[in-house]
Amino acid sequence: MNAGASGNGGGRAAAELHAELGGVTRVYPAVAGYRPVHALGPVDLDLRRGEFFSVVGPSGCGKSTLLEVLAGLQPPSEGKVSFEGKPVHGQVPEGVGVVFQEDASFPWLSVWDNAAFGLRRAGVDSAEIERRVGDALAFMGLKDFQRAYPAQLSGGMRQRVCIARTLVLQPRLILLDEPFGALDAQTRLLMGDEVLRLWRRTGATILLITHALDEAAMLSDRVGVMSARPGRFLDLVETKWPKERDSTIVSEAGFGEVTARLWHHLRGESLKALGQSGAAAAGGRAEA
Amino acid sequence: MSDAAKRSFDILLVLVALFAGWQALYHVAGETALTSPAQTLAYVGELLTTKGDMFARHAWETGRAFLMALGLSYAIGLAIGVALGAHRLSGAVAEPILVALYSLPKVTLYPVILLVFGLGLSAKVAFGAIHGVVPVAVFAMNAIRNIKPAYLKTAKTMRLGPFQVVSTVIFPAALPEIVTGLRVGFSLTLLGVIIGEMFASKQGLGFMVINAINLADVETMMAVAFLLFVAAAIANGILLWIDHWLHKRV
Repeated sequence: MNAGASGNGGGRAAAELHAELGGVTRVYPAVAGYRPVHALGPVDLDLRRGEFFSVVGPSGCGKSTLLEVLAGLQPPSEGKVSFEGKPVHGQVPEGVGVVFQEDASFPWLSVWDNAAFGLRRAGVDSAEIERRVGDALAFMGLKDFQRAYPAQLSGGMRQRVCIARTLVLQPRLILLDEPFGALDAQTRLLMGDEVLRLWRRTGATILLITHALDEAAMLSDRVGVMSARPGRFLDLVETKWPKERDSTIVSEAGFGEVTARLWHHLRGESLKALGQSGAAAAGGRAEA
Repeated sequence: MSDAAKRSFDILLVLVALFAGWQALYHVAGETALTSPAQTLAYVGELLTTKGDMFARHAWETGRAFLMALGLSYAIGLAIGVALGAHRLSGAVAEPILVALYSLPKVTLYPVILLVFGLGLSAKVAFGAIHGVVPVAVFAMNAIRNIKPAYLKTAKTMRLGPFQVVSTVIFPAALPEIVTGLRVGFSLTLLGVIIGEMFASKQGLGFMVINAINLADVETMMAVAFLLFVAAAIANGILLWIDHWLHKRV
């Protein structure tokens, strides 16, 4: 929390490099009867320490692949990946936390045990686990549900459990893979506020993958717009929002400009992603 | 508390209906086909007391064969299921074969088993085990194959070692489905052992039943069937309770 306060002030000015993709591509090898799929890149990305970076792109453009390559969950086919100056390969580096789109809360564990899962496996002593888990659950508004099981919670609450489970490990880089994709629009906006709160408090660098333009525009310092597959960055949009912001930013004039700029790139790419046959029909309906 | 009371009441209601139906059937079908509930219970009492030695010998024979068959079908079924679940291609190849085996009337294989294992305990055990192996294997395989990829990715992001992944993620995630398989395997193994005893056997509860049928000894037939029913229902009830307890959180 203290680190957060000092981290973001310094982070902005110095723009210290935190994680990096250099000329990264990802080609899924051919499976019997199918041709290899070129899913991503080449992509270059410099994440600055403490920034909130979002990636938007049409569905199937390789956004999730980008995140998994950066996390070390998948190897790049070409190019290099590094986190805090050290190359990433074969393993998720210490200090990186990931929250997935699917509900990954463990149904056989209570909310408390879910949150404590990583710490217990890492052999952290019980007093420290108690403190960090209590803290994270309170922060995510789960204090009253700590004895409940995920099956008793709503989708949004379960996603909070997953965030708390990542948070207790005190990651310095948090990767969010469309964590609110399955939630309704109102809940998503509110969860966005929580992520901003979390970002300010932890001082971590955040990379958010999303297909929601408004979400990207409202939350981020920078937004990378990706093309249809194979995904490449078409544009990097700096929002210049103040650090202290929340979902009310949607009513500001700048918000519309940012969203319009994102949509300017994405409209064509989304049509491409829909494919030749669907493009004509979708073009008629889509209002730019 | 009232939930438990309601449950007990429901169970009681089912029992009363069963006994009423049985009594009605007795009146329609007559003495030569079956005994009434009261007569059966009286004879059950006799089997457990004055004829206790004889009954115990047969019950022990069946129990021993069943426990061995159960141990084999669980061990072999789990080994096959886990191996096929862990290796996707083998699982995809084996699944249709297992399903075909599952629906095959296994009694058609009994002559082969008798020729391989000879008359006696080992044939019964083998016949019971082949009934139980397939459902245990199929459920275990699917339990492991259907684990959400997000759980395994989460394990990777927590930097767990392979042993930790198996013991703290894969095992608890697959357990409810595996236990369902064990429950189905339990019933089918018992079925296999009893059928095995009905042919080519001189001992066991299955033999008692078939012998009673041959002698038109309706009392013995009904009493043994009743005791088997009670034992199977209690065991299944316990396993079902464990099964529900594990599934209610999923």
